[in-house]
Amino acid sequence: MKISEIIKYTEASVVTGNPENDKDLEKGFSSDLMSDVLTLDEENILLITGLSNLQLVRTAEMADIQAVLLARGKQASPEMIELANENNLIILETPFSIYKASGILYSNGLKEVY
Amino acid sequence: MALELVFQIEGGDFSNAGKASSQIKKVLKQLNIDTRIIKRVVVAVYEAEVNVAAHAHRGQVKALFGETEVEVVVTDQGPGIENIEQAMQPGYSTASKEVREMGFGAGMGLSNIAKNTDNLHIESEVGKGTILTFRCNYS
Repeated sequence: MKISEIIKYTEASVVTGNPENDKDLEKGFSSDLMSDVLTLDEENILLITGLSNLQLVRTAEMADIQAVLLARGKQASPEMIELANENNLIILETPFSIYKASGILYSNGLKEVY
Repeated sequence: MALELVFQIEGGDFSNAGKASSQIKKVLKQLNIDTRIIKRVVVAVYEAEVNVAAHAHRGQVKALFGETEVEVVVTDQGPGIENIEQAMQPGYSTASKEVREMGFGAGMGLSNIAKNTDNLHIESEVGKGTILTFRCNYS
């Protein structure tokens, strides 16, 4: 699923990342627990989370996650935005809950990691 | 070639946890190491950095980039680990509420380090600290 489709389906706004670089992501994972995210073998996935802190951006960097969707209207802090820009991480913000965002994206073809 | 990098970590300083793994990632990229191997190394180092920030007073990450592998030694001054076997069990955690609210402390750290590295060795003395040594082969 293209980043542009994720934005459209979840009514998201783009916080960091270049919208012209419309990456195609195959799978998604929803978690507020970075410990679990760090155990994934998959790369190039969309991480849907309600956790908005610097550790989220670090976790994405280490786990080779290229796009994060902040749910429940959570907003990225200036520190997060700075680090995300350094690492070319795409951060999107959606007003939807994790449940709603995940359900919509799943039913439109974004597959599960497991 | 034997490049050595050393990083200091302060206990409780979560905003700087990740700096060592980030730098190590850059070096491994420059060495053209397979991205899947890089991910294994940096996930292990990041887990170790978070452990130091979460549990210890202070610590150090030392990475030695050799010809065929990288060796990482994480030394901390802290409470130590009473029962290493128990600490290695997925789900066993002594992390504080604050650490859990940050998205960590689920008791997955040490077992995830073991999963991602070729050779994990843990030495610990209660009341003094812990030394974590692991290696990752480049191929």
